[in-house]
Amino acid sequence: MKLSTSDVEYVARLARLEISEAEKDKFTAQLNDILRYIDQLNELDTAGVAPMSHAIAVTNAFREDKVVESLGTQKALANAPDARGEFFRVPKVIE
Amino acid sequence: MDFETIIGLEVHAQLLTDTKIFCNCSTKFGASPNSHACPVCLGMPGVLPVLNKKVVEYAMKMALATNCTINPRNVFARKNYFYPDLPKGYQISQYAYPLAEHGYLMVEANGEQRKIGITRIHMEEDAGKLIHDDNNPASYVDLNRTGVPLIEIVGEPDIRSPEEAAEYLRRLHEILVYLEICDGNMEEGSFRCDANVSIRPKGQKEFGTRTELKNMNSFRNVQRALEYEVKRQQYLVENGEKIIQETRLWDDAQGATNPMRSKEEAHDYRYFPDPDLVPVVVDEAWVAEIRAGLPELPQARRERFVNEYQIPAYDAGVLTSEKALAEYYEEVVKLCGRPKIAANWVMGDVLKFLNEDKRSIRECPIAARSLADMIGLIEEGTISGKMAKEVIADMYATGKTPRGIIEEKGLVQITDEGELAKTIAAIIEANPGQLADYRGGKEKLFGFFVGQVMKATQGKANPKLVNDLLRKMLAE
Repeated sequence: MKLSTSDVEYVARLARLEISEAEKDKFTAQLNDILRYIDQLNELDTAGVAPMSHAIAVTNAFREDKVVESLGTQKALANAPDARGEFFRVPKVIE
Repeated sequence: MDFETIIGLEVHAQLLTDTKIFCNCSTKFGASPNSHACPVCLGMPGVLPVLNKKVVEYAMKMALATNCTINPRNVFARKNYFYPDLPKGYQISQYAYPLAEHGYLMVEANGEQRKIGITRIHMEEDAGKLIHDDNNPASYVDLNRTGVPLIEIVGEPDIRSPEEAAEYLRRLHEILVYLEICDGNMEEGSFRCDANVSIRPKGQKEFGTRTELKNMNSFRNVQRALEYEVKRQQYLVENGEKIIQETRLWDDAQGATNPMRSKEEAHDYRYFPDPDLVPVVVDEAWVAEIRAGLPELPQARRERFVNEYQIPAYDAGVLTSEKALAEYYEEVVKLCGRPKIAANWVMGDVLKFLNEDKRSIRECPIAARSLADMIGLIEEGTISGKMAKEVIADMYATGKTPRGIIEEKGLVQITDEGELAKTIAAIIEANPGQLADYRGGKEKLFGFFVGQVMKATQGKANPKLVNDLLRKMLAE
């Protein structure tokens, strides 16, 4: 599989990343290198191996439904770039 | 041209757990903004979400109640998109391996019962809430709702009319509330519905272009929005125009759907398994345990009421529309043994009082025991049905027992034949003219005598006894 510059542009747009023309070429090359490296795995025969979603074999890690005190509004907002009263403030979004 | 309507519904239901799906923050509605948020809700780096076991149990209940197959292994996935109500930049949901699949509901609409398929039920987290500033170019974010557990119930495109869609939703809603896993409040957004709708000429196999409808916050609005949208699509097709695949918002005041103003951008959510959450494995023992804990579901209860209590299907429908109401009714029946009479009083007077005051059956001042006693008092002739109307109004207003009210008001019916005969004899004697006319064939005067007796006894005489005695004594 080979990535094109337009693939890189598309992924950058989805991630809201602004990249220059020079970066586009650079990232295309780098990403293709990575994919080529990963591609080596395809040399293995995995016909009889079930697909896995996690690297560890743990399942069913649960929590009981018991309320624990939250941070509180002040602390929750402490790291916000912008806040007003009890709210985070963001540029207007409307549909 | 004759068209067929194709509708598929997606329902999001908030689960009634005390804490959120992946952290211990409270899910309580109405708290002050951002007071129910922790590092997990805020999407801080390095935090670890841990699944609330109750969420899985509640979701399994709904899955079993809608005839779904529970997958023995299901996996959470990240749905990636940017929006200010989603601090992490992804919503934790389920994608390739949902909790449950292949369910169905039986739905009756337009006099026809049909099977509506349920594609899947999966667990996911809710997003935060946005409030838009009318005067400034700003929006405000409240993350209390972030991480509140949801189940999404994805329906097959099996629905063929707006009425059927509304009915399907009512059935789903009823089950969720019966299971006590969702409060079902549509205004507060605990039960939300999006609809996919398209039309096609009758007989055509391929689906037409569909539109997605949002912003319908009642059963009625879902039906109205769908009716509008079907007409709109028909108009377009009949006039040779194209239907655009888009999301449209229902405008209640306008009674119309309008395209959602959003940047034209194909969504690409790049789902992938969430490495922070390990797979959920559900064995048969767990499924059996959940199944054993399921209450009697509304449809089953309706059928049982019809068979066991011999009441009409309509009555059974009304009485089972709410779990607490059905339980109240059953309690009354158990105590008085008169199912049809109990149904009449519950559906008539009790529900009328409650509706007038916008109260739920749980807040009903009339104890089931009291209503049963009152029915017993009518049956044994202590009070007439007419008196009972007065008694039940008093029971509702004061919460007193029927016997207490009857004594207080001196409402006991006169059923003593000797006493009543004396009263009647006196009335006949006092009205010789009417007596002669009656005996001369003026049958209508019978009513006059009944009226006199009732007047003399202040309405307390047993009407049947009055009729019987009068007929006999007037004829003598």
